[in-house]
Amino acid sequence: MKEFDEGVHMYKILNKRVLNPTVVLMDIEAPLVAKKAEPGQFIILRTHEDGERIPLTIADFDRRRGTITIIFQVVGATTERLSHMNKGDSLCDFVGPLGKKTHTDGLKKVAVVGGGVGCAIAYPVAKKLHSLGCEVHAICGFRSKDLVILEDEFKKSSSKFILMSDDGTAGEKGLVTDALKKLIESGEKYDEVITIGPLPMMKFVCLLTKEYRIKTVASMNPIMIDGTGMCGGCRLTVGGKTVFACVDGPEFDGHLIDFDEAMSRSNIYYKSERKRHEDACNLFKKEAE
Amino acid sequence: MANMSLVKNPMNVQAPEERIKNFNEVALGYTEEQAIDEAKRCLNCKNRMCIAGCPVKIQIPDFIAKVAEGEFEEAYQIILKQSSLPAVCGRVCPQENQCEGRCVRGIKGEPVAIGRLERFVADYHNKNCQQKPQKPAKNGHRVAIIGSGPAGLSCASDLAKKGYDVTIFEALHTAGGVLVYGIPEFRLPKSIVKQEIDGLKALGVQIKTNIVIGKTLSIEELLHEYGFEAAFIGSGAGLPKFMNIPGENLKGVFSANEFLTRINLMKAYTENSDTPIQMCKKIAVVGGGNVAMDAARCARRLGAEVYVVYRRGMDELPARKEEVEHAIEEGVIFKTLTNPVEILAYNNPDDKRDLRNMSVKGMKCVEMTLGEPDESGRRRPVVKEGSEHILDVEGVIMSLGTSPNPLIKSTTEGLETEYWGGIIVDSNGLTSKEGIYAGGDAVTGSATVILAMGAGKTAASAIDDYIQSKRKTLE
Repeated sequence: MKEFDEGVHMYKILNKRVLNPTVVLMDIEAPLVAKKAEPGQFIILRTHEDGERIPLTIADFDRRRGTITIIFQVVGATTERLSHMNKGDSLCDFVGPLGKKTHTDGLKKVAVVGGGVGCAIAYPVAKKLHSLGCEVHAICGFRSKDLVILEDEFKKSSSKFILMSDDGTAGEKGLVTDALKKLIESGEKYDEVITIGPLPMMKFVCLLTKEYRIKTVASMNPIMIDGTGMCGGCRLTVGGKTVFACVDGPEFDGHLIDFDEAMSRSNIYYKSERKRHEDACNLFKKEAE
Repeated sequence: MANMSLVKNPMNVQAPEERIKNFNEVALGYTEEQAIDEAKRCLNCKNRMCIAGCPVKIQIPDFIAKVAEGEFEEAYQIILKQSSLPAVCGRVCPQENQCEGRCVRGIKGEPVAIGRLERFVADYHNKNCQQKPQKPAKNGHRVAIIGSGPAGLSCASDLAKKGYDVTIFEALHTAGGVLVYGIPEFRLPKSIVKQEIDGLKALGVQIKTNIVIGKTLSIEELLHEYGFEAAFIGSGAGLPKFMNIPGENLKGVFSANEFLTRINLMKAYTENSDTPIQMCKKIAVVGGGNVAMDAARCARRLGAEVYVVYRRGMDELPARKEEVEHAIEEGVIFKTLTNPVEILAYNNPDDKRDLRNMSVKGMKCVEMTLGEPDESGRRRPVVKEGSEHILDVEGVIMSLGTSPNPLIKSTTEGLETEYWGGIIVDSNGLTSKEGIYAGGDAVTGSATVILAMGAGKTAASAIDDYIQSKRKTLE
């Protein structure tokens, strides 16, 4: 008779790697989550007892080791705190896998378009498609060279990898939409475009592919609490209907998503988040002194 | 000699002007003297109508007789035979529709304050009795309980007392379900819920938080890989309903679930909590149930001017009478016979990046009149022509009820449900699948704590019969 592994309730950080000045990778011990995880799904974590619940899309998983890889950008109090945790520390809570997995069946040729830390989530999708024999073209965009992540991993999981940067310090200068447009114009025929990144980027990727009538899936990461359909904080309008990103998504038909509404909803707590983040930073500064 | 006073002993409460500045419990409970005096109002009728009104059939006149004698611990033991959560039910049961609604003293005057007495007895026990319950001898059979709300807790409690090895699976990080995420601290202190849950743990019940059944593990896995012989689904009705009116996805519109979860579970009102909550000067709560009252009273405590917008009249409010009275005392403004038709957005045409854009700036409502009774027997609200008006608010909380979460249905093959999501069960709580039982809001849609507890008890007894008969056939 199987027992529940003690590790279930430890959520220990087994590995930590700083990918760029604001982006951190961690492998978290969570065997039950790892057993079920699929690309496209997410987890919710809390760092400590008074902490908030934040959703993070699963960046990778290792069923044998029982680990989930998360990659996050430091943007608020929770990610700030998380970035100060180290190998051997344990998270307070870690639950998942939540949401639906990326639909990969029958895809022969796909363009995966990632932006910034969104590339961390695009990567397992590219990897899975690549392993299924699908031809993957990966386009990854960053603001500048210092922020580039997972370049080698993407190269291994795609037959074409295009790196873009806003300032031209890495790869080509320009936006991911420029690169995607060029590929489409040059005659590449994609079954699907999968895009994961900042909302404005995904919006413009979707506007572009709509012109060319290429089916496009966007991975959404709205504000949520429980992640099981209970709070409704993560609701989006898709095709004129309200959906919950946590249970109906997080991936949706990009041509139907109301991105302007999603962008507006994503900044509900902008001011208090900024303040909380500053408070957290000051706390860590004080501790360092 | 019975106390023939026509009115209940009043309960001490925090003064309204004080309590809207804190989240501490509003009702302070009876003193021993008040409890004994109130208990003496019970006539110990031959025909015990109060028990018939109780979903779990607590032997009410018996426990009240013990209170009258000052034997409070004995009174507690009588309640405990039927109820596993007396301190909770004494606080949140809608007694006016149940036990107290049937009390003969209520015909001429007020009924015996059964709820207040139950609360007194439970609090007395929790305060004075340090003795932990004896761990019953294990019978070697494992049962899985899905959800740690009132249905799951009562089912777990009954089974553990019979010696079953019980594990509760909870999706959130804290056990208690609606008792911790939904019902506010000022109505049900979380320390009380914790005490009840600690009592279960002392009985040997294991609680595994952060496990979403249907995602992390399936019921099939629990039964076939982890050796559970039966499962009880008490996953509640968590899915919030919206009105489907324009503007419902604007910033500043919340489900009552979200608003209450931020406050109750995540403690967003405390300085230490990292979870934010949007502060609004004026806020409308749409709906008239207990959850709407909870949301309105929480918003009041956060400093907002609060309107409860309800399409029927004051007399039709489905909330407990006491909650409505408390809300009125706390300055909540009732806009009854009013229904929202649209939520209006703020828009700054000169600055597209203005953070206030697409946030709530008002709610367009119509007035209603009550027409003919509908199928539920309540008079149907009808729109009054030309009554459109705008309610000046910057936040809206939708409290229109909830439906069962489809997560378990969608991951358990062969589990039959109603079209609206309720799991179909027989009178013992058995679902369409052998060994899988269900009860509470997951079956009925949103109802009360005590009904969920009753369903948990019924299923516990059926699960016991099922496992014992299976064991006998094997022998």
